[in-house]
Amino acid sequence: MGEAFTLLGFGPEGWGHALLTAGLTTLAVSACAFACGLVLGTLCAWAKIAGPAALRRAADIYGVVLRGIPDLLVIYLFYFGGRQIVTAIANQFGHTGPVEISGFVAGSLAIGLISGAAQAEVLRGAFHAIPSGTLEAARVTGMRRWTMFRRIIAPQALRTALPGLGNQWQSVIKESALVSVTGLVETLRAVSVAANSTELPFLFFLAGGAIYLAITTVSGLVFRIAEWRAMRGQPAMRVGG
Amino acid sequence: MDLAFIAAVFPKLLAGLPLTLSLAVLSLSGGAILALLLSGLRASSWLGAQFANFYVYIFRGTPLLIQIFLIYYGLAQFPALRHSLLWPLLREPYVCAVLALMLNDAAYTSEILRGGLRAVSSGAIEAAKVAGMSRPTMLRRIVLPLAFRQALPAYGAEVTSMVKATSLASVVTLMEVTGLARAEVSQSYRAIEVFLCAAVIYLVLVTLITRLVHWLEDRLSTHRSPALDRSPA
Repeated sequence: MGEAFTLLGFGPEGWGHALLTAGLTTLAVSACAFACGLVLGTLCAWAKIAGPAALRRAADIYGVVLRGIPDLLVIYLFYFGGRQIVTAIANQFGHTGPVEISGFVAGSLAIGLISGAAQAEVLRGAFHAIPSGTLEAARVTGMRRWTMFRRIIAPQALRTALPGLGNQWQSVIKESALVSVTGLVETLRAVSVAANSTELPFLFFLAGGAIYLAITTVSGLVFRIAEWRAMRGQPAMRVGG
Repeated sequence: MDLAFIAAVFPKLLAGLPLTLSLAVLSLSGGAILALLLSGLRASSWLGAQFANFYVYIFRGTPLLIQIFLIYYGLAQFPALRHSLLWPLLREPYVCAVLALMLNDAAYTSEILRGGLRAVSSGAIEAAKVAGMSRPTMLRRIVLPLAFRQALPAYGAEVTSMVKATSLASVVTLMEVTGLARAEVSQSYRAIEVFLCAAVIYLVLVTLITRLVHWLEDRLSTHRSPALDRSPA
């Protein structure tokens, strides 16, 4: 037991620093991926609600395709496929041999793309929950479209979307573990390395699990508080129970 | 795109489909049984409910990949286990993958089941009691069928997500569709073509399952549609 504490601690023998850095990398990848997903999701939600027919169709296809492919394959496509494309381009310019690309960038983009499909649905649902009277009132007062989006639509839709976006954030954290296949030293990769070199796999994978659990639990609480704050002054309305 | 290459890759990847399907079917059936047990436990006592909640919290709060690693690599840390009768089984990547997928699926399915059970109206239960049904009969004839119908859309999503999750088994050396695709890429270096072929296989599979679930939803809600005469009662 004491040995376990030494190994997980911050002393010279301990892996504490490595695991802490790795945990922060997990957070960073997740944040980038979530942001990508939010941008993509907003664009797709707009395309589905008010976009021209061609864009609406494209957004629908994107949603169906991304929901039908394993996350791991999407990451492989971005990482190995991206490397293939970059290498081909570099070879055109006289470079020889394969070119490495960043696992962080490929992983964030891949998970962002996966999450974007789900976030689009959350945001679209939230938009449709806005009472049409508010939108009419905004239009009657002569608001321009961008002002209306900024002052009326976004604040109301985000409030309704908060629980759904919170769920998406939790999924993104868990999906970020898959980025370890690119060699990026995030939590899962770090505990794998530690498990190998100490020959204590159970201890370190358990510690890795605890890190993820800590991140998901704390961010769950943050979202709960945000929801509570956003719902102040509203009649009690439970979204999604 | 090189069509001849793609035509050659497809059959190679399809060879992994039986393994993908067997992983999905086994872990979904095991997961469903475990989820029912968890629901029973939750209804049995306060302590049981606490355990079920804790189980769901742990398995939904951590990535599936770390659960697979914990079982596949982690268990080897215990000499007692390595020398036990179970070891020939627990050494197998297939067994470990199914075990992890099953335990993970149980957590999600038990939450879906909970939602379905909550939606069974108290009127239906009262009616069953008044008719003199015993508890097991009521569970079998009234509560579970109603809960199942209510939970079907969410459960359909869980089935497709498990089918997709089987791709993680490739990380512990199993040669299902994704594993074969990885092997093919390391030989041909044509990542985009190969992984896109694999993606098409999963997409078709998931689309078929989604259709099937929709069809089942329609079948199980005939009382809501005028097309009752389709099935002679």
